[in-house]
Amino acid sequence: MWDWNFTISILPEILSALKITVLATVTSFFFALILGLILTMLSRVRIKSIAMITRKFIDFVRNTPLLVQLYFIFYVFPQYGVALEPFTAGVIGLGMHYSTYLSEVYRGGIEAIPEGQWEAAKALNFDRANTWTKIILPQAIPPIIPVLGNYLIVMFKETPLLSAITLVEILQTAKTIGANSFRYLEAFTIVGVLFLLLSYPSSRLIRSLELRLNKNR
Amino acid sequence: MSTLDLIYALLKGLEVTLVLTVLSMILGFVLAFVAGLGRLSKYKIVRTISAIYVEVIRGTSLLVQLFWIYFALPILGIRLPAMAAGILALGLNSGAYGSEIVRSSILSVPEGQNEAGIALNMTRFQRMWRIIMPQAFVMMLPGFGNLQIELLKGTALVSLITLADLTYQANVLNASTLETTKIFGILLIMYYLIAWPMTKGIRWLENRLTVGRY
Amino acid sequence: MKPMFSYKKVSKSYDELEVLKEVDLDIEQGEKVALIGPSGSGKTTFARLLMTLEEPTSGVIEVDGEPLWHEKKNGTLVKASEKHLRSMRGNIGMVFQHFHLFKHMTVLQNVMEAPVTVLGFSKDKAMELSKSMLDKVGLADKLEEYPANLSGGQKQRVAIARALVMKPKIMIFDEPTSALDPELVGEVLEVIKEIAKEGDMAMLLITHEMDFARDIADRVVFFDEGKIVEQGSPEKIFNQPETPRLQAFLDRFNSR
Repeated sequence: MWDWNFTISILPEILSALKITVLATVTSFFFALILGLILTMLSRVRIKSIAMITRKFIDFVRNTPLLVQLYFIFYVFPQYGVALEPFTAGVIGLGMHYSTYLSEVYRGGIEAIPEGQWEAAKALNFDRANTWTKIILPQAIPPIIPVLGNYLIVMFKETPLLSAITLVEILQTAKTIGANSFRYLEAFTIVGVLFLLLSYPSSRLIRSLELRLNKNR
Repeated sequence: MSTLDLIYALLKGLEVTLVLTVLSMILGFVLAFVAGLGRLSKYKIVRTISAIYVEVIRGTSLLVQLFWIYFALPILGIRLPAMAAGILALGLNSGAYGSEIVRSSILSVPEGQNEAGIALNMTRFQRMWRIIMPQAFVMMLPGFGNLQIELLKGTALVSLITLADLTYQANVLNASTLETTKIFGILLIMYYLIAWPMTKGIRWLENRLTVGRY
Repeated sequence: MKPMFSYKKVSKSYDELEVLKEVDLDIEQGEKVALIGPSGSGKTTFARLLMTLEEPTSGVIEVDGEPLWHEKKNGTLVKASEKHLRSMRGNIGMVFQHFHLFKHMTVLQNVMEAPVTVLGFSKDKAMELSKSMLDKVGLADKLEEYPANLSGGQKQRVAIARALVMKPKIMIFDEPTSALDPELVGEVLEVIKEIAKEGDMAMLLITHEMDFARDIADRVVFFDEGKIVEQGSPEKIFNQPETPRLQAFLDRFNSR
């Protein structure tokens, strides 16, 4: 059944693929952080059509599968002469998908700011850019940091999907090992355990951060 | 191929996607209640088992679970057809996330409701099913609504274990026709159209259950 | 005569904080006892122990001679099982400060719920009983309303009907008017007065309405810092308080 010698022999290969997984997670997360904020801003602009289109876009991306979006990006772009590396396509797909979730998080943070803060900014004659960067965002961001952290973990756990567009991350590595040796059990179990080992403590950490944050308020 | 032909060809996978969604939704719903109530049990062993289930599933990844069930489990002597593996993986996943919704909704019913039940000499069971659960259920709906959408999106992953759902059909078509943009564009729209009535349905239920009461 | 309800050296602590300190009190059948005292003096905890919402740290509470929180097993007193508690709770009813009506049920359903599920009455019988009880508290025209659409005073009257329909031997009122707007206090006090007049149900009434306590209570008990400091007839307590602490408490009330 379970073969420890085999387990130990394949461990280094899977662990080295973890680098790609982590790199893809972090890059997509930063992309999502920025795109998410842009989407939030765009969905609040005064030009109604832009706000509407942004909200439709968010709704559409959220309600369709990430896997299909990845295929779309990976297979469609080359048709128009833009060949994307699996890593790039993956980061764009994963980042874009979760930017729509993050934009909701930002929105929640912004809406939690009392009306008086906007009025005070207006009374002090702040322009729009200054109101956002000096008054609103510095107050809106800190309370949502734990939620953003949770999405980092969620995105980490979604990276195996990038194997479907041929990115060789840990799941793909495990699958190749399995296919070559006809032993899937050890390889896939290692991958599962790795995810658990990395994500469970992180979510505990975020949970305690959240509790501390709530206590201080 | 014309757009209409593409749509017809894709629709061959619709049944698999829908069956998968509905069956794993049912499994997930049952597991969500079992594990959600399990985490609030007065028996430590029940609490521990529920917590392990929830944390292991939430700590790993749906695709990894799917592959594990489909490729690794046979080595332990359990060979599941792709459909069963898909339902099991999606159901387990949805149940774990759903259990958190169940648990937090139950906990958010004010303690006074339970105390009023005690004062009327109701049993633990009666308090849970007659008083707490009906109120908690209304609070669960938005969460469950989101969960069903995540589940629907998750069904696309079964194409990777050779199950012929919508996404699988799109890949087949893509290989044979090279109408990539159209195929995946239509596919995205199809998923969106399936998700749409699901969101509306939950909202309708929520309104029905809350009107005039809260 | 043996008292119906009896607290014997009952204490209650939360971690370090001792909220009740070896309190003794007997309540006769049908007796109306008012508990007064500053907030945090232990009155509410005292009542919640009787409703079995909280467990005493030490001491014994007896209902009709039988221990509430304990049962005899092989001659020794052990902690009561849920089954024992259930067999005792039928004697006790409670009306809460914040009503705690079941939000997902109509007024009628709120009152009918326990007779059907707990006492096993038929729907028809429970409905008849509940309607007459709601009529008594003046809410016969609100049967199909949900609690969210009622005023605070109406809610509390439903809660009273809901507790009353179970025919307890004692009814606990935990500050039944404290959460109400001032103009709604009267209607609730009126209902409680009516019930008090009827007779053999005992009452344990926690209140800050001194005139009301004077009106309906057979005995007034003054709590302070987890102890009973003074007790007696309303006349004695309100007109000739003996202890300086009760005097100070009443002075503060009268000067308001």
